[in-house]
Amino acid sequence: MYDTIIIGAGMSGLAAGIRLAHFDRRVCILEKHSTIGGMNSFYRQRGRTYDVGLHAVTNYAPRGSRNGPLARLLRQLRLRWDEFALAPQVGSIIAFPDVRLRFTNDLGVLESEIAAHFPAEKDNFRRLVGSIGDYDELNLDAPAPSARAEVARYIHDPLLTDMLFCPLLYYGGSREHDMDFAQFCILFRSIFLEGLARPLAGIRLILQKLVKRFKSLGGELRLRAGVQSIAVNHGRAEKVVLEDGTELTARRILSSAGWHETMELCDHAPGEPMTGGLSFVESISVLDAEPRRLGHDRTMVFFNDSDRFHYKTPEGLVDLRSGVICSPNNFVYDAPLADGMMRITALANYDRWAELDESAYRLAKLRCYDQLVAAAVRHVPDFRGAVIDTDVFTPKTIHRFTGRQRGAVYGAPRKRPDGRTHLDNLFICGTDQGLVGIIGTLLSGIAITNRYLLE
Amino acid sequence: MTVPEIKEAILSILSDIAPDEDLSQLKEDVPLRDQLELDSMDFLDIVMELRKRYRLQIPEQDYPVLSSMKSTVDYLAPLMKDM
Repeated sequence: MYDTIIIGAGMSGLAAGIRLAHFDRRVCILEKHSTIGGMNSFYRQRGRTYDVGLHAVTNYAPRGSRNGPLARLLRQLRLRWDEFALAPQVGSIIAFPDVRLRFTNDLGVLESEIAAHFPAEKDNFRRLVGSIGDYDELNLDAPAPSARAEVARYIHDPLLTDMLFCPLLYYGGSREHDMDFAQFCILFRSIFLEGLARPLAGIRLILQKLVKRFKSLGGELRLRAGVQSIAVNHGRAEKVVLEDGTELTARRILSSAGWHETMELCDHAPGEPMTGGLSFVESISVLDAEPRRLGHDRTMVFFNDSDRFHYKTPEGLVDLRSGVICSPNNFVYDAPLADGMMRITALANYDRWAELDESAYRLAKLRCYDQLVAAAVRHVPDFRGAVIDTDVFTPKTIHRFTGRQRGAVYGAPRKRPDGRTHLDNLFICGTDQGLVGIIGTLLSGIAITNRYLLE
Repeated sequence: MTVPEIKEAILSILSDIAPDEDLSQLKEDVPLRDQLELDSMDFLDIVMELRKRYRLQIPEQDYPVLSSMKSTVDYLAPLMKDM
C-alpha cells in the first residue's frame, strides 16, 4: 500500500512526488507514456532533441532573488538556483497592425513603450500593475472575476487591452477570449513582471534534475503504466487499476491527468467530457544558422494581423491571423545552441484535425507548415532559405502523447483552485488546478501536496 | 543537545531549505522572515524537518516562536536537551 499514488510524471506530479518522498512518504508516480514530462516533455527525431511546447520558462528571477514563485519553488524542492541554469530572454515584441510594443524582463521597457504609443494609458497601466503586484498565486481560495472586466477598470483603449491579453492568452488561456482575473495576475506577473528564460539544454535539463531528485529520495517511478480506472468505494478511491491489469492501493491519489481526464477514470464519476479547451498547431524549423545571423534577434514575437485579437477555436484547421514566433536561440546563454531554430504556434481546431484520415492528415500537416511560416515571415526576416529540417505537431499529436482531451494545452476551461474532487482522498494538481507555466505547474503540485498530502 | 548543537541543527535545516543562502552572516535576533524572506510554506518546512530529523512535534500554536534563530533555540533547548 502506498501513501500516495501520483498519476502523471509531468512537472506537477514530479514536484509533488519530491515533496512526499522528501518527507518519507511511500510514493509512486504512474506515467502512461514511455518518458516523463507530460505537457512539457521532449523527443528525439533524426538525431535532434526537440522540446515539446516549451517556448520559455516564465517567472524568471535572477540569482539571489528571495521572493517570487521561482525562489519559493527552489526552496520547496531544495534546489539551488544554478540547477535550472535559466538564461533570460533577449527581448520580445507584441506586433499588432500599426503598433509594436517591445518588452523584456525589465518592466520599465514595456512601460516606456506604452507611454510612447498609448500616452493616455501610461498612468492607467501603472495602476493596473499595482493591483497585480500583491496578488498571492498560492491562495487556493481566491474569487474569480473576469479578467477583461477587471482590466477594463484601468485600461480603456481596446487595442492596448488586446495587446496585453495576447501573450497572456497564448501562454495560459484555457478558454476563449477571457480568463479569471486570478489567472490573469499569475500570467501577467510571470511574463511581464518576472519574465522569460530558458535553460540552454531545454526542458530535459529540468526534468532530469527533478526525476533524479525524486528517485534519490526513494520515490518510485513507473513508465508505460497508464491508469485504466480508479475504483471507488463509499466515497473513497480504493485502488488504481493499470491498463495491464495490475492493481495498486494507496491512502491517497493525486492526479495531474486533468480534471475531465481524471473523472473519466473514476467509477461512477459525476463528470462529463470536456467542452471548449484551446489547442494549437506548432511548426518547428531547424535552420543552418542562428536566427540572429538572418537579422532576427527577438526571443518571442506575439503577432496579430486583424483589427481585434481573436483568441478562440477556429472554424477551420488553423487560425493564421495571430500566433507566436519563438526563437529558442535568442536567450542570453553562455554558449550557443547546436542549431538555429524557429517555432511558430497558432490556434487550431482539434475536431477538424481529428476527423482527417491518415493521408489527409499528413497532407494537412505539410500545408499547415507552409502556411504558418508564411504568416510568420511578415513579422520576422524570411528564414525559409536556411531551413534544414522541420516538424509539425497538431492538436491530435498533443492528445496522443499527453492524453489531454481535445489536445487542450492549457486544460479545461474551468479551473479547480482547491484541488479537491468528489472523493475524499482524490486530488488534482497541475494545469487544471489553475497554476500555469512550468514554474506555476511545479508550484501547483507543491501547494496541493502541502495542503492535503503531508498532514 | 547543547545550545550550540541545537543552533547547528537549525542552521543545517535552513541550509537545506535555502541552499543558495550564506548563513554565516545570520543575525540571531532578527526575524528569519526579514533576513531570508522565508514565507509560511518555509516555516512549515522547518517544523516538518524537526519532526523528520528529531521526532519533535511542535503544536501549531507554537509556530510563531520559530521567528528568529534566538527564539527558536530558546524554545527548543528544553525540548532537545536530552537528545
